[in-house]
This record gives sequence, structure tokens and C-alpha cells, in this order.
Amino acid sequence: MTLDLLLTTLSAQLFTGLVLGTIYVLLALGLSLIFGLLTVVNFSHGSLYMLGAYLGFSVLSLTGNFWLALLAAPVMLAFLGLVVERSLIRPLYGRSIDDPLLLTFGLSLILIEAARLIWGKLGLTFDPPAALAGSVNLGFIYFPSYRLFVICVTAVVVIALALFLGRTDLGLIVRAGTRDPLMVRALGIDLNRVWLLVFGIGCGLAGLAGVLAAPMRGVYAEMGVTVIIESFVVVVVGGMGSLAGAVVAGLLMGEVVSLTTLVAPKMADIVVFIVMAVVLMVRPSGFFGEAGLME
Amino acid sequence: MKPTDRRSFMKGSAAVAAGLTFPGWGARVARAQAKDPIKVGFLTPLTGAYAAEAADQQTGATLAVEEINARGGLLGRKVDLLVRDDQLKPGVGAQKAKELIESEKVQFMAGGFSAAVQMAVNEQTKKAKVIYVSTGQSNEITAMPDWSPYTFHEAINPFISAHAAGTWAANNLGKRFYVLAADYAYGHQLLDGFTRVAKATGGTMVGSANHPIGTGDYSAFFPRIQAAKPEVLVLANFGKDQLNSVKQAHSFGLKQQMKVFCPILLGTMRREGGPDIFEGVYGSTTFYWELAEKLPSARRFVDAYQKRFTRLPFDYAGYAYSGVRLMLEAAERAKSLEPDKVAAALGGHAYEHYKGKQWIRKCDHQSFQDVYIIRSRTAKEQRGESGIFDIVARVEASESLERSCKDLGHA
Repeated sequence: MTLDLLLTTLSAQLFTGLVLGTIYVLLALGLSLIFGLLTVVNFSHGSLYMLGAYLGFSVLSLTGNFWLALLAAPVMLAFLGLVVERSLIRPLYGRSIDDPLLLTFGLSLILIEAARLIWGKLGLTFDPPAALAGSVNLGFIYFPSYRLFVICVTAVVVIALALFLGRTDLGLIVRAGTRDPLMVRALGIDLNRVWLLVFGIGCGLAGLAGVLAAPMRGVYAEMGVTVIIESFVVVVVGGMGSLAGAVVAGLLMGEVVSLTTLVAPKMADIVVFIVMAVVLMVRPSGFFGEAGLME
Repeated sequence: MKPTDRRSFMKGSAAVAAGLTFPGWGARVARAQAKDPIKVGFLTPLTGAYAAEAADQQTGATLAVEEINARGGLLGRKVDLLVRDDQLKPGVGAQKAKELIESEKVQFMAGGFSAAVQMAVNEQTKKAKVIYVSTGQSNEITAMPDWSPYTFHEAINPFISAHAAGTWAANNLGKRFYVLAADYAYGHQLLDGFTRVAKATGGTMVGSANHPIGTGDYSAFFPRIQAAKPEVLVLANFGKDQLNSVKQAHSFGLKQQMKVFCPILLGTMRREGGPDIFEGVYGSTTFYWELAEKLPSARRFVDAYQKRFTRLPFDYAGYAYSGVRLMLEAAERAKSLEPDKVAAALGGHAYEHYKGKQWIRKCDHQSFQDVYIIRSRTAKEQRGESGIFDIVARVEASESLERSCKDLGHA
């Protein structure tokens, strides 16, 4: 391989890794947000991602409008999140961390079977809108326009979330609730409603990730099963509960998987776990995690 | 009522009960054995990346069983089809096969998709001396030491597939191959096959990579493939994986730089993905429904299938249909359910179920059949929802495409 070709291949590889990373980022953000505030390890996140793709598909086939589907899926998932928090998660607050974990794990199995019942076992094809169907010549690679769009949407979501948490009163309450829920309550703030809202936002992000991934990867009931494990790894590497960590670790994992695929494709599957092991040895609480949160 | 009366009443009723039950019971068991349905176990991955083809297999097997029941059953007994989901996992396949054999007492077994699941099922049926017709590709199932006297292989295998289709691709599409293969027996065996073909035809294998079954995103493989500059990209994968890899290769513009060739180009996935994604894609198959225009046996099968399921059959529906029919009709010829007698009726048997002449080679139980090279039709060329392929060449069934019996370890 000449140097020129090597550089071209490498930059193409980094770019494809960026898109892999964006899906991790969106999933890890939701997981981390929910864990940071509620200390709930939401195991149903992968199934919510899958459900986002299916609901997006249904809206698309009913209305023929991709943009509506892109909007409707996260909204529906956020609403589902509200219902789940209010009816299933809330009674478990104050118990050990395992209880909501087991509950959400069961919920994820139910959702997968439900998807098979409603939409069938066969999997569905989700076409990107005509405006984004082509590809763009970036000089070193022909890159599908849709994937560029996914990068942009993720960037917008990350910035919006950062502004919400950093610049709004509600964001302040969320951050304060993460640090010291007791003190926030003492100040007369109803944290239950904040928890409800945050759970909804987290689930909405999973739905968004699902509907965004659907045109690239297709829609099937098991689509959330492996991706959720990798997203958990991203959360752990980034630091449990840290949003900056979710973004950095998500993008890093995308690149690591992509570059490993270039060099040793067989390792691509397990490399995320190797990275996790190494990071945890050096920094037991992840990149941006606070020590002691999980103890 | 006097006590004696009660006692005699008890005695009497006991006697009556015994008289009613025991002789009658014996008779009922005897009758039941003659009239109880014959059970056919069918394993296929109803969930997961190969679900669409598995659903087709289920319909094919159903049609075969319904046809035999419609003409009075097998040896005067009704045939029941018991379908189980093997989840594409060898462990699950083995366990379900064991359950079917031990609890359901199936007399026949068929199905199996992944080469690994087939081997797991084969191990169970071999041990229990149950006739098994496998309907997915595998190199090992006909070879020693795994070969079973009771197992027959209705599908072709990666060796034949690479030999027949790969040689055609090398001579017609280009001699520089890159193989992107699913990371299990089928993919590995196809990679071996294409490597052999490249050597034999004076071509080169410029690179290869494996991906796990069920991979969602293939984009990370593409820069390396593009850098290797192959003339032909061989996608040695199946089901959803085929659709996703073809779709992503399309959206990354790979098809402008190289030909894409799928050793098993699936009608199910092409129908789902549509003409644009598959435009220019070549591949091979052992059955495409438009064969009905030329072959009467295909006409009959396609019409019967369409009437029953209101859609057109693709290759894996055909494998399952033919495979189930194969063993049931062998029992009919043997006039027995004895595995040894049924196996004897199958070895060397020639038949034409739905796509031209096929035969079972006696030594290894491989079914030989034609292989067709197909090209995906463009949106303009497509005829209806399922008129999706042009047959561009036919590679005639021949034992010379397969390893010799000696190579496979048979005496």
C-alpha cells in the first residue's frame, strides 16, 4: 500500500467510525442521563431503540413522510418512557440497584416478543428519504448523504442537551438532583417530576437512535440486543452518569471498532471490551466518572 | 343398603371397569400405533438474521406434508409437521432435535440452515438413527467423520457453489476477488472455495474479511475493500446480512468500482431490498420460480405453492419442500418407516420434484442439481413484485463439481 492510499483508507475509516460512534453516543447519552439522576440501569434501552425503529417505520408507511417519522418516534418513545417510569420504575426507588435492572431486563424481553407479534419476525426495510438517498464525494471516499445527516442530527442533539442542562433552570435542577437529591428536595423541589421527565428524555433518545439507525441497518426485533451491550460499555468507559463521557467514549468506541475492522476484523467484536478493561484498570471510574458512584 | 350389596356393587363395577379398560386399552394402543400420525420434525431459525428464509422453508415443508396427506397420507397414516425455532444456534438446534426425537418421537427430521446447526442436529439424528434431510449448505455433513448413514443433503454445499458459480464469475466478471464472509462454517468454506477457484482460473484473491452473523453495519469494511481494488466483491453471507451488506455497499458507491457477487443471491432479500439497491448484483441460486416457464415440474410446484400461500416460492422454500418430500416418498417406496430401509430407498435415488433432474449420490448422500447464475433486474426490467432475476447461465448438475467420494473419506 502506498502512503497516499494508506492515508485515503485511513481517513475513510475514521469517517465511517464517526457514524458508528454517533449511534453509541445517542444510546449512551440516554443511559447515562437516566443512571446519573435515577441510578437506574435501564436494560430495556436496547429494546426501546428497536421500538423507535419500528414505530418510525410504521409512521413512515402510514404517512410516507420520513421527517414526521423521525420526529414521531422519539416523541412516542419519550411518552412510553413516562408511562414506564410512572408505573414500573417508581415503585422501585429506594431499593437496591438490581431491582430496576431486573425489571427493565424483563421489560426488554417483553418488548422484543411484542415487536415480533406486531410487526412479524421477518424484519423490515426502511428507506432513507429521496433527498438523502445519494452519496457525496468527499475526495477520499464516497459517503452516503444519509450518514452525514446522522452525524449532523447527533451533533445538534448533543448541543441541545448540553444547553438544556447547562443553561436552563430545569437543567440546573437535574444536575443538582444528580449530586444531592436530598438537598434538592429540602429546597422544596418535587424531584419525582424531574425523574419522570429525565426518564422520558432518555427513552426518547433511544427512540431517536433507533429511527436514525433504521435506514442504515434495517429494522428487526433483535437489533437492540448487541448494540445495548456495547452502549453499556461506552457508558462505563465514559464514566457512569457523565454526559461528556458518553459523547467522548461513544465516538472513541466507533473509531476503535472501525480501525480494528481495518486491521483485524475478527477482533472488532471484542475490542470494545478490551478497551473497557484497559480503561477501568487505569481509571476505575471511567474517563469522566466520579469515584464512588457505583459503591 | 346392605353391606354385601355395596361390596358386590364395588366388585362388579371394578370388574366392569377392568373389562372395559384393559382389553379395550390394548386394542386402542394397537389401533393407535397404526393410526397415530407420523411425525416429521423441522428445525429452522424462525427468529434472527435468517428469519425470512426460514419462514419460506416452513411453507415449503408444509406444502410437502399437505400434499402427501391429501393423497391419503404415508402408509395410510396422517403426517404431522412439527416446526421448531433453532434460533441459528447449534446448542439450541441440538436441544430441540433431542426433544423432538425423545419426547415427540419423530420418525423423520428435516431443515437446518446454518452449517453449524446442521452438524449439531446431525449428531443427534445419527445417534438416534433418525432419517434427516438437511436443507442448508454444508461441506462437512456429507464428509467423514460426521457423515451419517441416515442423513441426506438436499441443498448444494459451499464447495459446489464456489466451484460452479465462482468459476463463472471469474470467467465473466473479473479475476480479482475480495471475499467478505459471514464468520461461521458457511462463510469460511466459501472463502476456501473462492480461493481455490481463483487459483484454478488464473485469478487472484486480493483480500478477505469475516463479519459476525447479524452484523448491522458493514461500512467499516469498505475502505479496506476499496483499497484492495478487487474486480469482484463476493458477499459470502446470507439473510439480513446479505441485504444490509449489499445495501451499504450500494450507498457507499462500491458498485461503481467493482461487481458484487452473492454466491446465494436470495429472492427474499432482493424482494425486500428492491431493484435499486441490488442493481447490477450477480449471484447464483439453485431455483428461481421463472424456471416454471420451461420446466413442467417447476410449473406444478410454483402453481401449487402460489395457490396455497398466495406468493411465489424462492429457493429455500424449494429446498424444504423437496427435502421433506424426498424422505416421505422414500418411506413410501420402502413401504416401511425402518430407518435402514428408508435410507436404502434414498441412496442413488433420482428424482424431479420441482426444478429438473436431481439425484442422491450413494456414497455421501449429496443431492446433485443444476446451479443457475442470476442477475438482479433493474426497476425497469422487473416484472411484478417477484419477477426480479434474469437467469444468465445454467451450470449443469455434475458430480465433477463436488469432491470425490474418496476425498470425502468414503471408502
